[in-house]
Amino acid sequence: MDFAFTEEQQMLQDSIRRYLESGYGLEHRARIIAGDEGWSPRTWAELAELGLLALDIDEDDGGIGAGPVGTMLVSQATGAGLLVEPFHSSAVLATRVVSLLAQGERRGQLLDALGSGEAIAVLAHEEGDGWDAPLETTAVSEGEGWHLRGRKACVYHAPMAHWLLVTARCDDGVGVFVVERGADGVDLRAVRTLDGQRAADIALDARLPPDARLGAGDATAALEQSLDRGIAALCADALGVLDRILTATVQYARDRAQFGTPIGRFQALQHRMADMYMQVEQARSMTYCATSACLQDDPASRREAVSAAKVIVGQAARRVGQEAIQLHGGMGMTDELDVSHCFKRLLAFELRMGTTDEHLRRYREAAQADAA
Amino acid sequence: MDLNFSPEEVAFRDEVRAFLVAHLPEDIRDRVRRGDDRNVSDDLRRWQRILHAHGWAAAMWPVEHGGTGWDKTRQYLFEIECAAADAPIQLPFGLKMVAPVIMRYGSQAQKERFLPRILDGSDWWCQGYSEPGSGSDLASLKTRAERDGDHYVVNGQKAWNTLGQHADWIFCLVRTDPAAKPQRGISFLLVDMKTPGIRLQPTKLLDGGFEVNEVFFDNVRVPVENLVGEENAGWTYAKFLLGHERTNIAGVGASRRELARLRRMARECRREGAPLIDDPLFATRIAQVELELKALEVTNLRVIFAEARQQAPGPEASMLKIRGTEILQRISELQVEALGARALAYEEDVGGDGEDVPRAAAQYMNLRKLSIYGGSNEIQRNIIAQTILKL
Ligand SMILES: Cc1cc2nc3c(=O)[nH]c(=O)nc-3n(C[C@H](O)[C@H](O)[C@H](O)COP(=O)(O)OP(=O)(O)OC[C@H]3O[C@@H](n4cnc5c(N)ncnc54)[C@H](O)[C@@H]3O)c2cc1C
Repeated sequence: MDFAFTEEQQMLQDSIRRYLESGYGLEHRARIIAGDEGWSPRTWAELAELGLLALDIDEDDGGIGAGPVGTMLVSQATGAGLLVEPFHSSAVLATRVVSLLAQGERRGQLLDALGSGEAIAVLAHEEGDGWDAPLETTAVSEGEGWHLRGRKACVYHAPMAHWLLVTARCDDGVGVFVVERGADGVDLRAVRTLDGQRAADIALDARLPPDARLGAGDATAALEQSLDRGIAALCADALGVLDRILTATVQYARDRAQFGTPIGRFQALQHRMADMYMQVEQARSMTYCATSACLQDDPASRREAVSAAKVIVGQAARRVGQEAIQLHGGMGMTDELDVSHCFKRLLAFELRMGTTDEHLRRYREAAQADAA
Repeated sequence: MDLNFSPEEVAFRDEVRAFLVAHLPEDIRDRVRRGDDRNVSDDLRRWQRILHAHGWAAAMWPVEHGGTGWDKTRQYLFEIECAAADAPIQLPFGLKMVAPVIMRYGSQAQKERFLPRILDGSDWWCQGYSEPGSGSDLASLKTRAERDGDHYVVNGQKAWNTLGQHADWIFCLVRTDPAAKPQRGISFLLVDMKTPGIRLQPTKLLDGGFEVNEVFFDNVRVPVENLVGEENAGWTYAKFLLGHERTNIAGVGASRRELARLRRMARECRREGAPLIDDPLFATRIAQVELELKALEVTNLRVIFAEARQQAPGPEASMLKIRGTEILQRISELQVEALGARALAYEEDVGGDGEDVPRAAAQYMNLRKLSIYGGSNEIQRNIIAQTILKL
């Protein structure tokens, strides 16, 4: 048992933390969000320079190979910094899918482009009726190539992606297809998300070349592994937000005086903050568990640990987010302080990649399967 | 004991229902149903005129001032039915807050000048109590009013002013005696929003909306005839007003309406290929909040019954405020949960052709305010602990 991180891992986290703290303040971020594109190519280039986009690419593929633990530490920092650039979508989720599925020359090309920040890719998987709904998008082989049909809902960062990695049902199971965002038959409707990011609803009716499919055969296992690692990283992102919102709330309670005393002196509020603290620590523990399970090769226990984390972190997100606003009083309701922005990112966390309830069900099923 | 409404009360409820079917304009109802408040000023004024034409402009006022003279039970039934029919709320600032103060403490001239215009919707009022440094501790307010001949000269800043951008008048608490103890030196002033020196600055809230403002007073000259009651006695009036702010504070009508919406959403949204309403986990969550609402309704009616025998609303109103806001907040959480990932897509400028989807997340965020304003839920718990439990 060892909960310590290596010096290298710690440095990785520190570098991104320092970078975001010095150059990614709320006003700067607000300008990025308000812009037409909703992201900053300059920030993206700087993240690439820090090496963060090659973080989860294996060393054999020319990346840093920081793995789940490194990804967790960096994700905590991107959460705390409220980063809106597609780090999680591209450098974590899509990169993992490519790493697990792509072969040969294609593999090198894709990973190089993703790791250097030259290209952005996103996994287009969910279809709008829940995380666990059966895939309705299909890919039928047609002549030499494929005919891809279906729709995808609220795909984070799709509007700025070069490639969509689209999941679809094929004859031999699930396939993942690389589709250029601007290709014929790909209809993107960009949406803003409640946490200030960009996403798209996508309608697909596209003819693809034979090599559009990543890997051969059923990709279900690879996909699940990628998604689980993506969820673990998203938990870490939320944990970073939780740390920030708790710190901000405690500080506010020290500074804000009413009735001639700092409100943090009121015992009723002290107990509430003590509860918030405990929720954050439970979230941290479960994020560690999920990350650790991603290091193992056992899909069943990984699934269980990841869903467990999504539930506990999701519940902490709800409770701590609400309490933070409440303890800030009217100021918590404004767009001005960081609490409201943290609150929205925490709400988005609850809803993304399977809601708290969906993971509660998945956990229950996994646990029941274990017991049987 | 008989927990049923009397035949007269049932007949009254049916009359209200029939009125709403006949007189609530469809376009207004649709906007309320969709949560589209972009036309809020016109809609609220128009609805007030319609109610006025029917003699129902002020459910809670006595007949002598043009109110309905209804008892609390009828007021309650009226509120429930209006909410169920998606009628707009009637803003409380004029009708429920400043009017009772004017009736009780105002001069004859103030009654004649202000009350009819509140009744028919000519004047839109807003509340100027809170300040950046004075929220829960309202008595520490700093906005000053100094007597200069026939005028008070007001300087300072109010915060969190709800819908002041549409208002014709603001009622303010101002400090007229800085030397006195905090509660003693406060006066209650009625100020025309068009007076030179008043400046509004909108505050953007987390849902992207602009429903509150900061209000700056820079040498604003207010005629002394706009002082209510006596100079430096404003705190008494403010406390009296707060009692009235808390009538129908449980918001049972709104919660019922939102619960119906939640059920509709749970029927329409799917998980694992089946309607969410069929999921035992989610169905249990709905049942739980439904029970809590039922308990609140009965408690509300008990408080109403008790009040009918005493006078101004007592500290029990704090319980109704806490539970009412918690329940409405919980329902709005469940609405977002029902939508799941579909709630992520979000436009700040909600409304338009939006159905339940864009509204749910915005409402969830916006309703966090319920437990903060009107005396935060912590302050209400302090009141229960100190006043009822005598701790
Ligand atoms: C959307 C919105 C609309 C509003 N509309 C109006 C309006 O129209 N007119 C108007 O005058 N005001 C309005 N308000 C202001 C509102 O009344 C205040 O926000 C409220 O009184 C709380 O004050 P505060 O924001 O300064 O919080 P603070 O008083 O700073 O409180 C911060 C936190 O400390 C807690 N706290 C404070 N004192 C104690 C205590 N003694 N014990 C335990 N906990 C305590 C509070 O409950 C809160 O959780 C509005 C506010 C909002 C958010």
